[in-house]
Amino acid sequence: MSGLMSGSVDDGDEAVARDMERRRFVQLLGMGGLVFAAGPSGIRRLGRLAETAVPVDPFSPHAYIALREDGTVTITCHRSEMGQGIRTTMPMIIADEMEADWARCRVEQAVGDERKYGSQNTDGSTSIRLFLTKYREAGATVRALLEHAAAKQWGTDVSEVRARQHTVIHERSGRSLSFGALVATARSLPMPEKTSVRVKSPSERRWQGKKMPSIDLVPMTTGTAIYGADVRLPGMKVAVIAHPPVWGGRVRSFDARAALRVPGVEKVLHIPEPPLPAGYNTVGGLAVVARNTWAAIQGRAALRIVWDDGPHASYDSVAYRAELEASVRKPGTAGRVVGNVEEALASAPRTLEREYYMPHLSHAQMEPVVAIAQAVNGTVEVWAPTQSPQDARGTVAKYLGTDESKVTVHVTLLGGAFGRKSKPDYICEAAWLSREVGVPVRVQWTREDDLRNSYYHTVAAHRLEAGFDGNGTVTAWRHRVAYPAIDAIFAQDVEGPGPDDLTNGASDIPYAIPNIRVEVCPAVAHTRIGWYRSVNAIHHGFAIGSFIDELAVESKKDPAKYLLDLLGPDRVVDLSKDGLVAPASNYGGTWTDYPLDTGRARRVVELAIEKSGWGTPLPSGRGRGIAMHRSFLTYVAMVVEVDVAADGTVSVPRATVATDAGFVANPDRARSQMEGAVIMGMSNTLYSEISFRNGRVVQSNYPSYPVTRMRTAPHTVDVHLVESEALPGGIGEPAVPPSAAAICNAIWDATGVRIRQLPVGRQLAGARARTTDPDGQDR
Amino acid sequence: MISFSVNGTRRSFDGDPAMPLLWYLRDDLELTGTRYGCGVGSCGACTVHLDGRAVRACQTKMSELTGKEVTTIEGLHPHGEHPLQIAWREIDVPQCGYCQSGQIMKAAELLRSTPHPTDRQIDNAMNGNICRCGTYPRIRGAIKLAAEKRS
Repeated sequence: MSGLMSGSVDDGDEAVARDMERRRFVQLLGMGGLVFAAGPSGIRRLGRLAETAVPVDPFSPHAYIALREDGTVTITCHRSEMGQGIRTTMPMIIADEMEADWARCRVEQAVGDERKYGSQNTDGSTSIRLFLTKYREAGATVRALLEHAAAKQWGTDVSEVRARQHTVIHERSGRSLSFGALVATARSLPMPEKTSVRVKSPSERRWQGKKMPSIDLVPMTTGTAIYGADVRLPGMKVAVIAHPPVWGGRVRSFDARAALRVPGVEKVLHIPEPPLPAGYNTVGGLAVVARNTWAAIQGRAALRIVWDDGPHASYDSVAYRAELEASVRKPGTAGRVVGNVEEALASAPRTLEREYYMPHLSHAQMEPVVAIAQAVNGTVEVWAPTQSPQDARGTVAKYLGTDESKVTVHVTLLGGAFGRKSKPDYICEAAWLSREVGVPVRVQWTREDDLRNSYYHTVAAHRLEAGFDGNGTVTAWRHRVAYPAIDAIFAQDVEGPGPDDLTNGASDIPYAIPNIRVEVCPAVAHTRIGWYRSVNAIHHGFAIGSFIDELAVESKKDPAKYLLDLLGPDRVVDLSKDGLVAPASNYGGTWTDYPLDTGRARRVVELAIEKSGWGTPLPSGRGRGIAMHRSFLTYVAMVVEVDVAADGTVSVPRATVATDAGFVANPDRARSQMEGAVIMGMSNTLYSEISFRNGRVVQSNYPSYPVTRMRTAPHTVDVHLVESEALPGGIGEPAVPPSAAAICNAIWDATGVRIRQLPVGRQLAGARARTTDPDGQDR
Repeated sequence: MISFSVNGTRRSFDGDPAMPLLWYLRDDLELTGTRYGCGVGSCGACTVHLDGRAVRACQTKMSELTGKEVTTIEGLHPHGEHPLQIAWREIDVPQCGYCQSGQIMKAAELLRSTPHPTDRQIDNAMNGNICRCGTYPRIRGAIKLAAEKRS
C-alpha cells in the first residue's frame, strides 16, 4: 500500500493535486479491500483484517479519530450510510480540519454506542446539521494536538509550527515531522484547551464545500460492498417469518408438518406477538429456520396458519378515507393561530375551499429488511443495515431482557432505508431466533414481507380554505388536516397528530397572510405508522403547494409570480412568538438559530424561476409547475416540466431544483440527493399507494406497488445550491416535499386537469393535452 | 447433477433443480454482489449474464443452467475496470449502491449489442432495473460516457 502514499501536496497546482489525491484514495480502497474490511464488514473480511492488523495500539485522541505510527489515520463514521454519502462527507470534514492526507485516511463504521459517539440515529436529515461543528472541532483539536507534539519535540513555541497535509512543519528552520512520527509524543500530551483550537476559515478549507467522490465507489461497482444480507457467520441459519397479516393479529393455530418436510427446513418457531402498540418490537409470527434462503422461503409457503386478526381486522382504505374527510370538515385542535380567520373568511370578497388526499406509502427500499444475529453465551452480536444502531441496541437488549452492554450492533451498508430501517423490529427477530436455536441466524424478509409489514407513511386528508380579494391577495388561510400519527406505535389511544407534527411545513408556512388558523383533526391509526423520507412534509407540501397554484389560477395570476407575492416582504420570524401552539418543534433546531427566513424562501423561488426558463413556450402536452417548501431547516423551490402522453402517461423531461441549505459540505452528494428526491417525489405522486382491505395490505411487490423507472425519469435535474456559510440545514429530505405539488401543478398546466388525490395513476387516461393556455390564447 | 460455469470456474449442483440461481450464487458461492430485490423478476437487482445474455437470477432455475456460462458482477471484469464500472465511478452514480450491480450488468449487455445507444434505447433497455434512490439520470450519463470512451 505504501507505494500509493506520497507526501504533501504543493499549493501551486492544487486542483490537479486534489484530484490525484482523490484518485489515490479510491485506488487504495479498491486494492486493499481493507477499508471496507474495517467498515461494514462481514466476518470473512474481519478475518482478513485480523491477519494484516498493525500490532501497536492505535492512538485515539478522539472518539472519531485514531492515528498509527505508520501514519494511517482512521476516522470512525458513527452515522449510517444509506446513499446520502455520510461515510465520505463526515471523514472528509475531519480530515480537512486535521490537515490529514486524504490518501492516508481510512474509514471505519462505528458499532452502536451513543455515549461514545453522540447520536447515531441517522434520521431527520441531521448528520451534518447536528454534527458539522463537532466534526470540525474534532479535526481541529487533533491538528492542534499534533502541532503541540511537534513543538515539544523541537522545543519551540507552538505558534511557530503548523500542520499541513499529514506533516507538521517549522517554517523558520524548514524542519518537518510526519503525523505518524508525532504519535508517540502526542500520546503523552494533554488534549489542547478548547481556546487554543482553531477551526479553519473558509479560505483554508481544502475539501469542505467541494465535490468529494464517495469512498464506496469501488465496492459498490464491483459487487463487493457489504449490505445486511452479505455477512457470513459459521453455522448460520436463515429464517423467513410469517408475520400476522393484520396489525395486532396473532397465530390462533398452525400446522407446520408440510413446512418441516421441505428439504433444508430445520425448525418452526413461534415468535410471541406482543400487545399493541408494539413500538419498535417485532409483531411476532411463525419463523421457519432453514439451512438456506430458498428452503426457508419454501418452508414458509408450506405453513398452514389460522390467524386471529385482532382489533384492526376491518381496516379498509376506502372507508377510512371517508372518515378522514369527515374529520377535516369539522373544527380540530389549533396548531397555529394568527389573527381571526373566521371573521376574515366571512368578510373576504372571494373564498376557495379545496380538499386533498394522499394514501399510505411504503419505503420499498431496494434492500428488503434483513438482519443477522448471534446470541450465544449471554451476549448478542448483530450485523444489520440499521439507521439507528443505538435504538437497535437498546431495543434488542430490552426485548431479550439483557443489559445493553451485552449487545453489540455492527452497521453494514444500508441498501436504501428512507426511514424504514430506523425501526429495529427485524433485528429483534434475528436476536430472539438466534438465542432460541443457539446458532447465528439471518432473518430475511422477502419483498412481499417488506411491503406488507412496514411502518407506513401516514394517510392524510387536507381541507384548505382561503379568503382573498379581487387582486388575489389572501387575507384568510384555514387549513385542517387529519392523519394517523407515528405516536400511535408507542402509545394507546393516540387520536391523531399533535400540534408538533404540523411544523413540517403546515403551521410554519412562510406566507404573508394576516389571518391564519391551522388545525389537526382526529384520526386513529389502524396500522403501524412510521417515518418515511420527509415524513408529514410530503402531504403538507402536496396540499399547500397545490392549493396556492389553485389560488393563482382563480386569481388569473402567473403561479410563479403569485407565489412570490404570497411570500410578501422579506421577514425573519421566530414562529414560536407568531401564533405557533406549543410544543412546536423546529426540526430540533432553535428558532434563534433557525428562524423562518422568508427572504431565503423568496430567493430559491426566484432562482428556480430564472434557471428553469419559466414562461418560455412548451410543445403541446407539456407543462410546468412550481412549488416551494421549507423543511428540515432547508428551503427548496422546484420547477418541474411534465410531458403527458396521449395515454395519460406522465414523464418528467426536466426538473430545476433551487436549494438553500446553508453551508453544504459535499455539494455533489447534495445534488444527488436532490436528483433522487425528485424521482422519489415522482413515485409518491404518480404511482405508489399502499391500501388496506380487511386489515391487510392489498399490494405485494413492485408490480402492484410501482415506483419510478428509467423511462419516465428526468433526463435533466438541474440543481442549484445557494452558496452560504449559514448554519447547515438538512439535505436528504427537503427536496421531496415540493415535488408532488410541482408535478401536479405542471399536470394542470399541461392538461387542465387538477389532481387532488394521489397517486395520479390512471386519472389522466382520458385527459387530452390542452391547446390553449389558461387565458384562452393558443400555444 | 447439473454442470455449468460461474465466472469461468466449472461448477456442479445436485440440489433442488427448481431453486433460483440467485440463492445458489448468494448462499452457496457467497457471490453476494448479485442482490435480492423482489424475487419476481420485476426490479433487476439480481441481473447476471447467462451465456452473455442479461437474465434475472431470481427467475432462472438451476435446472436451466446445464452447459451454460454464468457471469456475475464479480466476473464482469478481472480488475473491476469494465468501461461501465469506470464511468460509474467518474460520474459518482451510486447512492445506496444496492441496485448498481444489476444496473451495470444490464447496461453491459446493452453496450455489447448497441455500442452507441440513443436515449430511447437506454430507457427501453434499463426500464426493468429499479433504483429507488433515483440515480437514473446519472446511470444514463454513465452509459453514454462509457460508450463515448470506447469509440
